[in-house]
Amino acid sequence: MTETSSLRIEGLSVGYSVKGQMQRILDNVSIEIGRGEAYGLVGESGCGKSTTAFAALRYLPRNGQVESGRILIDGHDVYALDTAQLQDLRRRSVAMVYQDPGRALNPSIRTGRQLAEVFELLGEQRADWQRRSVEMLERVRIRDPLSVMARFPHQLSGGMQQRVCIAMALASNPSLLILDEPTTGLDATVEAEVLDLIRQLRHDLKTSILFISHNLAVVAQMCDRVGVLYAGQLVEEGSTAELFRAPRHPYTAELLRCLPDRNRSKADAPLSTIPGFLPLPGSITQGCIFAERCRLADPLCRAVIPEAKWSGDGMSRCHHEDRIGELRATGTGLPSASREPGLGEPVLELHQVSKTFGQSAHHIRAVSEVDLTLREGETLGLVGESGSGKTTLAHAILGLTRPDPESTILLDGKTLGARLADRSLDQVKAMQIVFQNPDSALNRSHTVRRMIGRTISRLLNLSPEERTRRIEDLTRAVRLTPRHLSARPRQLSGGLKQRVAIARAFAGEPRVVICDEPTSALDVSVQAAILNLLVELQSSERVSYIFISHDLGVVRYISDRIAVLYLGRLLEVGPAKAVFEGPHHPYTEALLSSVPSIEDRPAHRVRLSGEIPSATGPMTGCIFHSRCPRKIGAICETQEPPRLQLGPDHVIDCHLPQDRLGRN
Amino acid sequence: MKRLLLSVATLWLLSVLIFAGARMLPGNVGRAMLGPFADARAVEQLNHELGTDRPLLEQYATWIGGFVTGDLGESYAYRAPVAPFLWTALLNSAKLALVAFLMVVPLGLLGGTIAALYRDRAADRILSALGLAATIVPEFVSGIILILIFGVWLRWFPISATAPEGAGLLTQVYHLILPAIPLVLVLFGYIARMARAGMIEALDADYTRTAVLKGLSYPRVIWRHVLRNALLPTISVIATQTVYLIGGLVVIEILFQYQGIGSLIYTAANKKDFPMLQAGILSIGILFTATTLIADLLYALLDPRIRHGGDE
Repeated sequence: MTETSSLRIEGLSVGYSVKGQMQRILDNVSIEIGRGEAYGLVGESGCGKSTTAFAALRYLPRNGQVESGRILIDGHDVYALDTAQLQDLRRRSVAMVYQDPGRALNPSIRTGRQLAEVFELLGEQRADWQRRSVEMLERVRIRDPLSVMARFPHQLSGGMQQRVCIAMALASNPSLLILDEPTTGLDATVEAEVLDLIRQLRHDLKTSILFISHNLAVVAQMCDRVGVLYAGQLVEEGSTAELFRAPRHPYTAELLRCLPDRNRSKADAPLSTIPGFLPLPGSITQGCIFAERCRLADPLCRAVIPEAKWSGDGMSRCHHEDRIGELRATGTGLPSASREPGLGEPVLELHQVSKTFGQSAHHIRAVSEVDLTLREGETLGLVGESGSGKTTLAHAILGLTRPDPESTILLDGKTLGARLADRSLDQVKAMQIVFQNPDSALNRSHTVRRMIGRTISRLLNLSPEERTRRIEDLTRAVRLTPRHLSARPRQLSGGLKQRVAIARAFAGEPRVVICDEPTSALDVSVQAAILNLLVELQSSERVSYIFISHDLGVVRYISDRIAVLYLGRLLEVGPAKAVFEGPHHPYTEALLSSVPSIEDRPAHRVRLSGEIPSATGPMTGCIFHSRCPRKIGAICETQEPPRLQLGPDHVIDCHLPQDRLGRN
Repeated sequence: MKRLLLSVATLWLLSVLIFAGARMLPGNVGRAMLGPFADARAVEQLNHELGTDRPLLEQYATWIGGFVTGDLGESYAYRAPVAPFLWTALLNSAKLALVAFLMVVPLGLLGGTIAALYRDRAADRILSALGLAATIVPEFVSGIILILIFGVWLRWFPISATAPEGAGLLTQVYHLILPAIPLVLVLFGYIARMARAGMIEALDADYTRTAVLKGLSYPRVIWRHVLRNALLPTISVIATQTVYLIGGLVVIEILFQYQGIGSLIYTAANKKDFPMLQAGILSIGILFTATTLIADLLYALLDPRIRHGGDE
C-alpha cells in the first residue's frame, strides 16, 4: 500500500477527565499532511494545539483520552499498534521538538550520550554512534560537535540546546517532525537562526512538518498550509499565502488584526482586540463556537453549527464567509492616542550609568556607561537580546540594584539615591514596574481589592473613604469590573491578572512605569488589549514608560523612541520610526531582519553568527565587532566607535560612515 | 570554603550553648558525686579539685581549649578520661545506625518508587498509608511491642542489643536487628515519601517525555532517565537523617540496654558529669555538621548542574 500522507488525523476528538467529568478539548479535528509538506497549526493558548500533537504521538496526559477518530502516521493507525510497534514508530517514523529545550534534555546525562541513544535505538553498531552523532550535530550547524557532546545540557545556551534537540529528533530521519513552539522563549536572533536551520533541513531531508505556534508570523514563514484552531475546532484551513492574505473565518481575520507590526504605531490607531474569552471546553453545544465573540454573528450563527465549506484547497466553518470584508472595514471604535510625543520635560535622566557584578577575579559589566533621557508622557522602548543588560538597567533605575559609583540617575532634576532605602517616599512612588509574569508577581492568597489597597496604603496617605474610591477608580481605569475586586489570582485569566498588576503599578500616581515584557506571556488578542490600555493610561495620566520587550512589533507600536542595548552598551537611540526605517546600526539592522513577519519574506536577511560573547574581560574597540556583519576592518577591533548624530534625537555608535549604514 | 567556615562557626556557637546549658542544670557537682550525706568540706574540696568552683569563662576556656587539641577532659563520675567512653559509645551507635540504615534505605527508596510508578492506584495508597502510620508510632511503643512479640513470646531475637563479649560480626548484627526495626518504621514513611515525590517530579519532566518519544522502552526510561534525577533530593534527605539514627536514640538504647551515645549522654546528665555530657553533645553536633556537608557534596557529585555551577 502506498501512503501519500505522513500524518492523517481523521475526526479526532479528545477529552480530559477533570474531577470525574469528561471535558472535550478537541472536537472532530481532521488534518492531513502530505509527504514533505509543512503544516502550521495556530491558535491561542488552550485551543488544543499541543493536545493534537500529543494525541498524534499517543502521549496524552494521564487523564486524557481519545474519544473518537483515527490517527495515521505513514499509514499506521497509531492507536492500533502494540507497545513494541509503537516504540518502533517513535524510533523511526516520527519525532518531536518542543518549547524549552533546557528541560527537554536530561540534566544529568551528557548531551553526547543522549544523542547516541537514538542510534542505539535504531540498532546501529556502538562503534558508529560517535561518528553519527558528530554528523548530526554538524548538520544542525554546531561547529565543535565533540566539545558539545562532552557537555551537560545546562552548559549550553538555549539556542545550542534546541539544536541538540533538533539533531536528536532528525537523527532517525523520520518522515514526520512535530515542532511545538520550538522557538518560543528564544531571542529574536537565535529564533531566526533556528528557523533558518529548520527550513534548510526540511529542504535537505524531505521531512514533513507539523508546526505548532501561537506566533502567526513564524508560521507564515515556515509553512505551506495553515490550520486555525479555536476552542478545539479547526475553524479554517488553507494555503499560507491565501489564508493570511484573505482569511475566510472571522476568528482568523480578527487574530490578524490584533498583531502589532512594524508599520503601525500607537499614534495611528489602537489595536483591535477580540472581545470576550475563549469558551470553556464543552460549554457551547449550539451553533458556531465563535458566535459569542464574533462581530458578524446573527441568530443563525447561534442556532446552527456551520459546516466546513471547501473552496479550492481552503476550508472555513462560517455562515457568513462572504461578509468577512466588513470586519476589515469597521474600525475599533476606540480613539487613537492623540498627542504629540516627545515634547514634555525630561522626567528621568541617566548619566554614565554602569553596573559591574564582581566575583573576586571575575568582573561582569552588565551595564556600561548608559546615557538616556526619558521625557514626560513618552515611551522609550528598550530592546536587545537576553543578557544585553535590559533588566539590570531597569533594576538600577528602580533602586533594586546599586549601580557603580560614577553613575547618576536624576528624577525631575534631582539625584536619586542608589538604593531604594536611600530614596524618599515620593521618589519611590514615582517609579513602578510591571513584570512579565503576573502569576509570580501577585500574591496568590490575596484578593484583588487587598493587593491594590495594600499598595495604596503603602504609597499614599489616604482616609479609608478616599482609599476605597481610589481602588474603584483604578479598577475602572484598567477595565476591570467591581466584581473582580473580590477575586483571587487563580480565578483570573492571564490578561486580567496583568491588569491587576498594572492597576497596582498606577496606584501611587507614578511618573515612570517600567514595563518588563508585560505582554510576552499573553495571547495576541489579550496582548492587544493590554497595549491599548497602557496607551490610554499614558494619555490620561501623562506617565512615562520604559518598555522592555523582545517583540519588535510591540516595541514599534508603543514606543516614541527606541534604545538598542548590546552587552550593556547603547548602540543606538532614536525616534521609533527612524530606528526602524534607518539608517540604523548594523546590530539594529540584524535584529530587525531576524523578526519574522506575515507580509514580506525578505530576500536579503542579515544574520548574526556566533554566540553573544560574555561581558567578562576587556573588550577593545566596538563591543559588537565579533559578530558584526558590516565590520570594516581592524579599526572596529581597536578603536571605540564615534557617536554619529543622524537627526536631532537619533545617535548611533559606529565606525561606518553615515551613508553606508543599512536602511530598511 | 565558605560552607566550611560556616560549619565551624555553627559548632563554636553550639559549644557555647552546650556549656551554658549544662551549667544551668540545677545542683552542685561535688554534692551530686558524693551524695547527700557527705561532709560540706569534702564537697567543697572536690569541687575545687574538679575546677567547678572557678569562674565560668575560665572553665569554658579550659574545656574548649582541651577539646580542640584532642583532650576531652576527665569524666567526673568515672574519674577517667572521657575519650575512650565516648569512642566506644559512638562506635556502638554507629553499628546500630548502620544496621537500621541498611534496612530502611533500600526499603524506603523501593517503596517510594513503587508508589510513584503506580500513582493514585491501590499500591500507592497502601504504601503511603502504611508509611504514615509507621512514622507516627513512637519508638518506645513499637520497641516494646517488638520485644514482647519477637523477644519474649516468639524468642526469635535477643531482647538485649548488646552482643556477648568477643562475639562475631553476624552475632552482633543479629542482636541489633530487633532494636533497628523501630527506627526503620519511623524513617520508612519519610524516605518513601521523599522518593515518591522525587520520582513523580522526574516522571512528569520534559526529559522523560523526550526519552519516551525517542522510542525507549518503559523500563529503560525509568532506569536511565528517571531514577537518577528522581533520587537526588532523597539522598540529601537521607544523609541528614543519619544524625537522628546516631544521636537521637536514647529511648531505644535504654529499652534494649545498649551502650550507645544516647544512653551515654543520658547517664552523664543524670550524674552531672559535665565533661562527658558536653563531649557527647558536641560530638553529635560535629556529626550533624559533617553529614550535612557530606550530603551537599554527594548531591553536587550526582548533579552536574551544581558540580559545574561555577564554570559557566
